[in-house]
Formats: sequence, structure tokens, C-alpha cells
Amino acid sequence: MEVRVQNIRKEFSRFPALNDVSLDIRSGELIALLGPSGSGKTTLLRLIAGLESPTEGTVYFGNEDASRKTVQERNIGFVFQHYALFRHMTVLDNVSFGLTIRPANRRPSKADIRKRALELLDLVQLSGLEKRYPAQLSGGQRQRVALARAMAVEPNVLLLDEPFGALDAQVRKELRRWLREIHDRTGHTTVFVTHDQDEALELADRVVVMSKGKIEQIGTPDEIYDTPNSPFVFGFIGQSNILPVRVENGQLWLEDRSIGVSAPGEADGPAQLYFRPHDVELLDGGGCIAGIVVQTRRVAGTRHVELDVGGANTTVEIELPPEKATSDRSRLAFRPTRWKLFRD
Amino acid sequence: MTARTASLWQIRQPSVIPGFGLALGVTLSWLTLIILIPLSGLVWRSSALGWATFWELATDQRTVNALRISFGTAFLAALINVFFGVVLAWVLVRYRFPGKRVIDAMVDLPFALPTAVAGIALTTLYAPNGWIGSLLTPLGIKIAFTPLGIVFALVFVGLPFVVRTVQPIMEEIDKEVEEAAATLGANRLQTIRRVLLPGLAPAVLTGFALAFARGVGEYGSVIFIAGNLPYVSEIAPLLIVIRLEEFAYPAATAIAAVMLVISFAMLLIINMIQAWSRRRYGYGA
Repeated sequence: MEVRVQNIRKEFSRFPALNDVSLDIRSGELIALLGPSGSGKTTLLRLIAGLESPTEGTVYFGNEDASRKTVQERNIGFVFQHYALFRHMTVLDNVSFGLTIRPANRRPSKADIRKRALELLDLVQLSGLEKRYPAQLSGGQRQRVALARAMAVEPNVLLLDEPFGALDAQVRKELRRWLREIHDRTGHTTVFVTHDQDEALELADRVVVMSKGKIEQIGTPDEIYDTPNSPFVFGFIGQSNILPVRVENGQLWLEDRSIGVSAPGEADGPAQLYFRPHDVELLDGGGCIAGIVVQTRRVAGTRHVELDVGGANTTVEIELPPEKATSDRSRLAFRPTRWKLFRD
Repeated sequence: MTARTASLWQIRQPSVIPGFGLALGVTLSWLTLIILIPLSGLVWRSSALGWATFWELATDQRTVNALRISFGTAFLAALINVFFGVVLAWVLVRYRFPGKRVIDAMVDLPFALPTAVAGIALTTLYAPNGWIGSLLTPLGIKIAFTPLGIVFALVFVGLPFVVRTVQPIMEEIDKEVEEAAATLGANRLQTIRRVLLPGLAPAVLTGFALAFARGVGEYGSVIFIAGNLPYVSEIAPLLIVIRLEEFAYPAATAIAAVMLVISFAMLLIINMIQAWSRRRYGYGA
């Protein structure tokens, strides 16, 4: 189901957690809310769920105003970071819970509930564990039970709050791929919260980058990575270098030399130059950024080179092919091939 | 299963910290000195009676009635305490209100107060000419000097046992579990009945067992409010004292031995239910 969040504002005892946030979630989409802690991403998720109520603004499920509905009436699936399983119930009872508590006229028969729960356990690859108690499962298994439980009620939207946050790296990676598969198979509209950018970029159809209670940028993982539209997004997603430069007649200057990058149409004045470590080309001179190698590190298939480019002790890090051997204190000259200017 | 039973009998070194032998030795000698020797003395004395005499003393109508009153009122009081104790613990854990700390401290008063004082206070209140008693007498309700009065006294002394065992477990309940139930469509009542209470069951059972055991052994507060009519409102501990004062030691030991056996059996059963539910719910295990 399509979910629309319109001009939502949320205050916790006068402290604004969300400030005028609007977001359209398309039906069947897998969307990530990404941001540092305190950015309001979990609050937004809980507002959609109905676990919090907005100070101002509206949440629409389809064309229906869901803001006045209680959590129970919204029919959503929610997965918590720490699973929140019912520990006195077996795995099967946990998954069936949402169906067994329905009023008699909307409740499927006992056999149907059991069948549905077993199907879901099969979907989350936990067949045969239905008689276990949560305490007898590993973290990854528990989170899969939680997901099956949330899906059992055929939710309008599936909401996941840092679903892999409590798991170790290996399991995390596995579950990430597996969640994408489940989503593609079931087609639930899904929103998940994460502070892990790899998770967001790898998993989501669209990523919503949030900071300080506001949405900074909404876009596909490619858009977010390749064309960040604010210094925050540029700095928060992936690696980046920041150099204080000056624009003069459409040319960029670092200290007192031109760096060979033209920015036609940019007004004169100081600006911040942002570029990724891998978006650089090495040069032999001319207009370039030149620096002295401070340190080099070999990281997997690339060599990370830290350069002191003079000025107020400004260092940048660039990534080069590993065969480009450089020794400390030698000089290197390069020019960014993709970059972005931001002004204060 | 056999392997598991066998391993139970092995004396295991449970941790790297030394002193297991010493600690176990101290525990066993202490237990022997404080509990086992006095109780085995009791069993010894009553077994000296011979089976026929013992049976005759134990099945004496006055004794049977006293035992029934003791266990019956203790059971009822423990049930009442389970209900109100859980509600009280819930309020103390979940809500913030002025005076909460005072109420929290007040729960422990029955622990500290000499129970005779409580008994006298309750009697003054509930006697036919007392504040509350005088209101109830016209309605035909008599509390003091009846088994109902005993229940009141036992509720008073047993309450903290339930509150103090349930409270810490309640504090551990994750708010997320309730939220999870709500997102799945459960209303408040369903959440409490299907999610919260079953999780509390082992603690509630412990509280019940403690309050019940306390009620069976209670003496001080009961004798003032009970009226102590033989066959009607006379509790077993009082009967023991009466027999002792009559120098009827065999009768006293016989009653005591029966109490011991029943109490032990009931506590054992409660413990077993508890162990089972604990294992089921994955506590410790």
C-alpha cells in the first residue's frame, strides 16, 4: 500500500524530533531511512506505525487518513531491533499471534492459522523449528521469526527498526540479501531504519537521508552516492575530501594556485570543494592539486594515499591503483574528475 | 535423558573461582544446624509415638479442623495477595506519581512490624464495635473472630512477598514486547492476558508460594483477630501452643509433623511447577 507522510512535526517535550517532514512511499517499494543517531529516523518510523502520534501533520495509507487510527487499526507489521518476541510462546505461537487475537468474525480457522504460520516459517527458512522457544534460537533466527510474525497479519506496510542492528557482521550480511529476496517475493511495501549506509545503499530501492529531524535527500542509491545535494549527504555517505577553495572567473583556486578545474557560471568567492577519493586523476603538472605523501595504506584492491596539500595543514585522501607505488615524502599531483561545490 | 539425569548427580566445578568445596560445606552444615536438626527432632519425637497413637492424635476432629483452617485461610489469603500484589507491583513499576516512594516503602511494613501489633490493629478496626466492623455489622458481615478475620490478617502479612517477587520481573519486561503485541492488533486486555501475565507466571508462583508458606506459619497477628474458637477459628499453630501448655507434647508434635509434611509437599509441588514453567519460558535454563 502507498504511504504518504505530509508535513509531519513531532516534539518530545518541546524538543523537536521531526520538523516538517514529507515523504511519499510507493506501493511495493523497499525504502531505507538512513541517518546518524538523533536524526529522527526511528521517530518517523514509529509515527507511520502509530506508536507515536504527530504534533502536527498527517499520515495517509492509500487515500485514507491514518493519523486518527490507533496502532491496532493500522494493520502494520513492525520488526524491532531486539526482536521483542513473546518468550513464553513457541515460534509457531509467536507467528500465529496476530491472527489468533482477531475477533471471531475476522479470525481464520485454527487449521488455516497453523497452515499460514507454517508457510511463513518456510518462507523465512525456519521450517522444523516451530516448536522451539525464542530462548532456544540464535539472534538471526529470532529476527526471522519476528519478520514472519509481522508478515502474518498481511500488513499494509512492513516497518523495520534497525532490524540487523543487534546481529554480528556475518549474519547481518546474509540477512540483508535474504530480506531483499523476501521483499521481491512478497512485494510488501517496506520501510526500514538503519544507520549503516552500506545496508541502505545495497538493499533499498530508494534511500531517505535524514539529519537533525529533517530529510536531507531522497533518491535511489546511485543518486544518493553520485549526486549528493548537500554537504551533509556528501560527508555522511561514503568517503569524501573537503578543500577550502576560491572561485575566480569560473576557475577554482586552492591557496594561490589554480587547480585546473573550471566551474563555469559559479559566482566568485570562497567555497568548499567536495570530491570522492576515487574520483581523481594523476597529473604531471599544470593546473592541479599537489601534495606531499604523508602515509599510504593498501586496502584490498586499492592503495589509499594521504596527501598534505599545504595551506592550513589540509590533508586529503585519494585512492590509486595499487601498482602506483609511492614512497613517503614524495610529491604527487592530481585533479578531481567528479566534484561538487558547496557554499556556506 | 538418562545421561542428563546422571550428570545432575555429578558434583560439578561450576566456575573458575575456587572455594566450591568450602562453600558447599558451609552451606550444608548451616542448613543442618538451622533447619535439619530441629525438624528431624520433630520427626523423631512424633515417630516415637507409634503409628496408631500418631494417627489418633492427627485425626482428632479439633486438629483436623485447625489444620483445615490454617491451610484454607493461608491459601485464600495467598490468592487474594496474588491479585492485589500484582496490581500493586504494576502501579509501582509502570506509573510515576507523587508519593510513589512512600507507597513503595509502605509495602515492606508488614515485614518489619511485630505481627501482634498488626493483629491488634486489625482487631480494633474490624471488631463489631470498631470503625469498619461497626459499619459492617448491620449488614450482617462479621470479620473479626471468624475465619474471615484470619484471612484478613494473613493478607496483611503476605502482601509484601508477592509484590517484592513480582516487581523486579515486571521491571524487566521490555516495553517493545507490548508494542509488538499492539502492532499485531492486540488490544490492551489481550496484551495483558496473553503476553504480559504468562511471562510473569513463574514470579507470581514464587510470590504465591512465599505468601502461602508465611500464612501457614503465621501466629502473632492471627490469634488476636481470630477469636480462637475451637473447631471454628482456631489455627494449627495456636493448637500446638495450647497442647504444649497442657504438657501434651505428643499431641503437639503430631500436629507439627502433619503441618510439616503438608507444607513440604505443597512447596515441593509449587517448586516443580515453577521449574517447569521457567524452563519453558527460557529463563536461565
